[in-house]
Amino acid sequence: MSPRAASRLEEIGFEQVYDYTAGKADWGASGLPLEGRPSPRASELSRADTPTCAAGERLQGVRARVLESGWDTCLVVDRERVVIGRLGRRALARDDDVAVAEAMSEGPRTFRPNVRLGALVGWMRSRGLTSAVVTRSDGRLVGVVRLAEAEARLAAERDERG
Amino acid sequence: MSTEVSRYEVRRLLERGAQLVEVLPAEEFEEEHLPGAVNIPLKELGERASELDRSLPVIVYCHDYQ
Repeated sequence: MSPRAASRLEEIGFEQVYDYTAGKADWGASGLPLEGRPSPRASELSRADTPTCAAGERLQGVRARVLESGWDTCLVVDRERVVIGRLGRRALARDDDVAVAEAMSEGPRTFRPNVRLGALVGWMRSRGLTSAVVTRSDGRLVGVVRLAEAEARLAAERDERG
Repeated sequence: MSTEVSRYEVRRLLERGAQLVEVLPAEEFEEEHLPGAVNIPLKELGERASELDRSLPVIVYCHDYQ
């Protein structure tokens, strides 16, 4: 985006235009100060108590455990806690006792902990989802953000800002 | 054609009075920006360029290599 801005300024007659292409990501990563008021991030509301299971488990055992915990989703993880699938409401409602690997949705969309909560809420709303999975860049599970909790947090943030 | 600069050069230019302009949308600027920067989103640049001093260097930046 900044190259376009630099080009635009030159088009309208500015002669001393410099483009800091590495931008504020580079500035912040180098430890230099940034100003502003950070908005809530996904990490703040990522719930680590989300139920998890292994792909080799049987669905009915997992289903009972998930329902008992009060959740309506279960993440399928490997031994390193890397998310490989997800059991959503539809999968958990199945009454046959297949292996989790057969019932799960593979490779669910995941978000990094530093994604803005507002963006995450927008994504969930646009797809009619009630939760979103947060993982580190190596795929390991951080937790799940629930839409209702995220919306409440953003509403509180707006009230604080007046 | 504009000159691409590193953060070291940005600091040196700022010492010479350069103007620092973040071209991202206002909400991203409010959240986090370089000290002393002003916000002129890319789509407003044409109409708001008069807010800048043409006699001084102008450094534009966004988040990263977008």
